[in-house]
Amino acid sequence: MNRYSTAIFFMTPALLMVAAFFVAPVVITLGMSLTDMATTTGLSNWQWSGLDNYQRMVRGSFTLLILGNTIFYVVVTLAFNVVMGLGIALLSSHVEPHAGGLFRAIWLLPRISPSVVYALMWTWAAAAPPYGVINQLVEPFGVEGRYWINSDPWLIVFLINGFVGASFGMLIFTSAIKSIPEELFRAARVDGANAWQIARRITLPLLRWPILFVLTYQTMSLFASYEYILLTTNGGPGLYMTEVWSLWAFHTALSSYFGNLEFGYGAALAAVLVVMGLLVSFVLLRIFRFNDLVSDPRIEIT
Amino acid sequence: MTSSAAPRHASAASSLPAPASSSSAVTRALMTALPYVVLILFTLPILLLYVWLTYSSFFTRMEGLWPTGSFTLENWRFLWAPESVEQLRNKPPIIPLTINTLVFSLATTAVVLLISSMAGYALSRLNFPGRRAFLGSVLLLHSFPSVTLLIATFIVLRRLGLYDQLLGVILVKAAFELPLGIWIMKGFFDTVPWELEMAALVDGAGRITTWWRIVMPLVRPGLLALGLLAFVSGWNEFLLPFVFMPSGSQATLSLLVRSLLGEGRFVDYGVLTAVGLYYVLPILILFLFAQEQLMRIYGGGVKG
Repeated sequence: MNRYSTAIFFMTPALLMVAAFFVAPVVITLGMSLTDMATTTGLSNWQWSGLDNYQRMVRGSFTLLILGNTIFYVVVTLAFNVVMGLGIALLSSHVEPHAGGLFRAIWLLPRISPSVVYALMWTWAAAAPPYGVINQLVEPFGVEGRYWINSDPWLIVFLINGFVGASFGMLIFTSAIKSIPEELFRAARVDGANAWQIARRITLPLLRWPILFVLTYQTMSLFASYEYILLTTNGGPGLYMTEVWSLWAFHTALSSYFGNLEFGYGAALAAVLVVMGLLVSFVLLRIFRFNDLVSDPRIEIT
Repeated sequence: MTSSAAPRHASAASSLPAPASSSSAVTRALMTALPYVVLILFTLPILLLYVWLTYSSFFTRMEGLWPTGSFTLENWRFLWAPESVEQLRNKPPIIPLTINTLVFSLATTAVVLLISSMAGYALSRLNFPGRRAFLGSVLLLHSFPSVTLLIATFIVLRRLGLYDQLLGVILVKAAFELPLGIWIMKGFFDTVPWELEMAALVDGAGRITTWWRIVMPLVRPGLLALGLLAFVSGWNEFLLPFVFMPSGSQATLSLLVRSLLGEGRFVDYGVLTAVGLYYVLPILILFLFAQEQLMRIYGGGVKG
């Protein structure tokens, strides 16, 4: 009997899953991006096409627009997520613990709800008068009622993604705040510092690592995410108005408006994200010592 | 207070309560209330969404947050008289969809729990070549956005003959949850003392028996936390069944809500919200009871 037979028994299922659904797809994505595979060629009559797909991507007339959209989407959503997550974490740790826990629980609701139901709620909130909740809330302030998904699609994209995304930072920051020794706060209060000064001078500097971690981690997930956009504006309302890179890859290869699914070209678009994802994950792993931060946010007491 | 206080001390001192001054008492009350007011304002949008969802499912007509029709249970009649609901006429019936969703999330959970505990145990206890490399790649995949692999996964499923089948989607979903699962379970196994296992091994029990009989019961909190996460994540899943099960014979509830939403822009929201609430309710109830575990695991802070 092989001395590693026990290890083989325990590891085989996990190895097979990782091989089939991570390693193979990465290799296939890269390989497929060098072919002309599409609905027209089928999965067997395709041909190698070298770097054609990548050249097409660089020259494409919508590439710059979509790249711009993607950066706009990632930067604004990220800012919302981090600022909101930090704000809710600071405030909810400042108030009475039970109330704070309740607020955090409510913020977690969008994350634990099915994306389709969450998108349904926002679609309705953004509906045209007399239905939409947003209209009811802003009309007293003199804003004219409208169908927000058509008139201000980006606003809805930011809101729907932001109210989900902020809870990630909120949870990381909250556990980081909780792990700050209570004596630091007590000493500051004895010295006469007020709540704002404590947040500014003690809590925020100690949250440096968690903030950096959330920024990096969420940048990557935002670049790859498109589920909520797909469910609300679906890249519209105009041509590619709110289309982001990952949604573009999805539309090209898996759900084309034009009926012809271009697997090869879609794979090339996805390959950009895959390579980026691998690089960022590697950075997270090496520099931020990913797991240290996740399981026990790193806090430096100087 | 001494006169040599630094400027930041001086400003703090001025906000200290002066005795018998009513205006500073008001200021203090305001300062206590302010965080609550800000929290409520920012949290309000989320609350309104869920309140509206619930309200709308019980009224014939809503305008924003205000019911303009009468109270009704009509929107819920898909539960007892599904054939009379016009919006659902060309859709798969809701009870089989619910069962599919349940099967999907339970099967995903089972696969994730089994494979994660096997690999987690090996990585925690056994020494074998490639152990460190595998641990590293698990961590790498943990932060890798697996959604970018969907196009290629389509090819893999075609090759395996699992395209357009619930089983295929279950495997993909389970695989995407594995990196986190393996890492969580390894953490829990790390905390189990060696002595218990040693005793069992010395008594002549095999590794596999020891793992299953002795160690697994000791990591029940880990199994529970990971199981909850996998179940919720499976129950909510939309993209994978949407992309990999186009024919819909084994569709899940998310696909139904999505197709109603797709055509429902200007029609009856009563039924749509009732179906939506029906779909999210099990998760909300679960959240009510397992809030602490879920909060911890979503923060990534599950420790062994």
